[in-house]
Amino acid sequence: MESIIQIKKLNLYYDTYHALKNVDLDIPEKTVTAFIGPSGCGKSTLLRTLNRMNDMIPSTRIEGSVQIGGTEIYSEEVHVEALRKQVGMVFQQPNPFPKSIYDNIAYGPRLHGIRNKAELDQIVEQSLKQAVLWDEVKDYLKRSALSLSGGQQQRLCIARALAVQPDILLMDEATSALDPISTLKIEELVQELKSKYTIVMVTHNMHQAARVSGQTVFFLNGEVVESANTDTLFSTPSDARTEDYISGRFG
Amino acid sequence: MEQLNLGDSKGINRRRRSDQTLHMIFLACTSIGILVLMALIVTIVMDGVHRLSPELFTNFPSRIADKAGLKSPIVGTIYLLLLMAPLSFVLGVGAAIFLEEYAGRSRWVRLIQLNISTLAGVPSIIYGILGLAIFVRGMNLGRSLLSGVLTMTLLVLPIIIVAAQEALRAVPKNRRDASYALGATKWQTVSSAVLPSAIPGIMTGVILALSRAIGETAPLIMIGALTYVAFLPENLLDSFTVMPIQIFNWVSRPSEAFHELAASGIILLLIMLFIMNIAAVWIRNKYSKNI
Amino acid sequence: MNKTSPVAANTKSMTFRRSKTRISDKIIPILLGLCAMLSVFTTIGIVYTLLQESVIFFKEVPVWSFLTGTTWSPILPPKEFGVLPLLGGTLLITGIAIIFAVPIGLACAIYLNEYAPARVRGVVKPVLEVLAGVPTIVYGYFALETVTPFLQKIFPDMGIFNALSAGLVVGIMVLPMISSLSEDAMRAVPKSLRHGAYALGATRFEVALKIVLPAALSGVVSSFVLAFSRAIGETMIVTVAAGATPQLTLNPLESIQTMTSYIVQVSMGDVPRGTIEYGTIFAVGLTLFVITFLLNILAQWVARRFREEY
Repeated sequence: MESIIQIKKLNLYYDTYHALKNVDLDIPEKTVTAFIGPSGCGKSTLLRTLNRMNDMIPSTRIEGSVQIGGTEIYSEEVHVEALRKQVGMVFQQPNPFPKSIYDNIAYGPRLHGIRNKAELDQIVEQSLKQAVLWDEVKDYLKRSALSLSGGQQQRLCIARALAVQPDILLMDEATSALDPISTLKIEELVQELKSKYTIVMVTHNMHQAARVSGQTVFFLNGEVVESANTDTLFSTPSDARTEDYISGRFG
Repeated sequence: MEQLNLGDSKGINRRRRSDQTLHMIFLACTSIGILVLMALIVTIVMDGVHRLSPELFTNFPSRIADKAGLKSPIVGTIYLLLLMAPLSFVLGVGAAIFLEEYAGRSRWVRLIQLNISTLAGVPSIIYGILGLAIFVRGMNLGRSLLSGVLTMTLLVLPIIIVAAQEALRAVPKNRRDASYALGATKWQTVSSAVLPSAIPGIMTGVILALSRAIGETAPLIMIGALTYVAFLPENLLDSFTVMPIQIFNWVSRPSEAFHELAASGIILLLIMLFIMNIAAVWIRNKYSKNI
Repeated sequence: MNKTSPVAANTKSMTFRRSKTRISDKIIPILLGLCAMLSVFTTIGIVYTLLQESVIFFKEVPVWSFLTGTTWSPILPPKEFGVLPLLGGTLLITGIAIIFAVPIGLACAIYLNEYAPARVRGVVKPVLEVLAGVPTIVYGYFALETVTPFLQKIFPDMGIFNALSAGLVVGIMVLPMISSLSEDAMRAVPKSLRHGAYALGATRFEVALKIVLPAALSGVVSSFVLAFSRAIGETMIVTVAAGATPQLTLNPLESIQTMTSYIVQVSMGDVPRGTIEYGTIFAVGLTLFVITFLLNILAQWVARRFREEY
């Protein structure tokens, strides 16, 4: 697999706090890449540089290069709204809008100019099918999204992100607020999606990373310690710190 | 086994008794509020209820008490309300959106916020002076409905801005995050993801601000809402009067009959306010579950 | 730094350009900013208006004699422009109002916070909210038609127009303000502090007085200052019930005139622009504005300065 995301010498500062240090990373296309590491190590921060969500924190300063699909995303010519259409995100706490299920999914396409009802209907159905939610809600599309259970809401958020047809899907600890059954459903969903989408997931649960991902990246204190094929990293890690983390000596 | 020494019982009893005494005192003080409200309502109803009649709505104010009605003040108040509502809503909510969503936290922005909360504490008669100088004389709008609408809008604006800002702030951050992550621009996020949730709180604030406005007398006296208007305003530049001013006019006359008329006018005014406040509470309750 | 680099043959090359530029995103922030600036223009307008006409007035009447003169007779000759009677009338009314409202308002707040069961709170709080929302002209009527006759039974030589009646009703008007703001301040004191005191065997009053009140002091005092400012700016109650006799007196049974009721009185007559009487509106208005403005700033400073952070 070729790499769709190429990060070179990335340094990120919140004011004077050096949050990401000299990150060099390539993320392959159409695989699931997991970011693991103890809390505060920078994995979520790095995830948010990929769709420029940390632009919204005023004290952020970035040095280095992040290229997606060959384009430097921090260049002046890039429109951040177009970037976020191509690089979607699912958050830790499910955050559906207080609107109907239909309107939640249709929100994204409507933003980008799609108004035709037939087209929207099709997009809604397709997205809900991809998120394995269609059968459960297809007769209740007008019902409020808030009436769904936590796991269903998160799958709704995944469907909502897929509705704008991104190439890359970022998942920021997307299952940590859910019960084990919903977590499992979403992990299965991710396995289905990877044939069409590049998925980068941050997880605090390294067993999840081992189950689900093809590539794993271990972070510590804002640095990339090791990045390798998942099986390799978990069976024969090359760095002592990785081994310590995996065997539970810290974190 | 030793008995538990429960200490100086005389001292504790003394403290408990003073606590109970003070409890009574505090309760009595709080009852004063209830008593006053009851006295207020009873007085007004007793004074004014027998003057309530359909003629109140169909007659204009008159020098003869038995022929006097509230037609022009009622219409004036309604016109004022209908014209103020959209204007103050747009300007107030616009300012609130700017301050909450666009402006950031620099020193200038904090100064503007301070300015708004200070304006909320300026006596309403000062707004009347402002309206007199700028709208009535300066812009030559005269003692017109338009001057009144503009003056009262400025008066309620700080109240609406504060209420709207609170409503916007109550929308959780992750709502905005979800919208941005889908590729929305700032205005798209504000208008489609934030504002719809904030509208019930905003509406409640606007209605309460407007109900304050229709009870105001002093600023409208300053801009020249007349105290004897026997016609209905036809256009924005006509003179007009409102209910509080008519009530004031009647109260100021020595005759008992006019005082009774004032009381009946007050009853109508209070009914209007009651309806508006019920509407505000209803809106808040109906839409709060959607947030 | 290269903007783009050669991509491997199989990976899609992506650019991130918007399909169309939205005009609304450029214009709307400007429009919204103008709405926010309106508040600034309002303040500038108030200050400018008051100052401009006052300056003209003070060319005729020296500032010193305005501020220290004890006779106010702007219309009837001999014309004198000493503002102290109006100021005195305002302070007399405000003083009566505050003496009435502060203890009772504070008592209400303490009661609601520490003593009242939920059912009682459910009745008292709405009552206070209603009192806060009553239009001042209604209070004016109440003062003239109910309170004055009642007080005349106690003080038989009190005139129909007097400061006591109006002052008490102004106090009733600001009572909810003191009560709810103080209550908010007290409620912000963390429960853990209270529980600690109760666990040591303190009575409710002791907790309220020694623990809660000192912690909430900045908010409580701030509410007093705000109520004071509100009472000073009150117009209709005093216009209807307190009279139109500008005189310096401490006797609450007499008729007086406040700054606000003077302004109302003058503008109800036809006062041509440019006359000195017209100027008095602005000079008195400026005095009123400065006083309430300083009080509001003081209230905010007090709230911030002595606030204990938890």
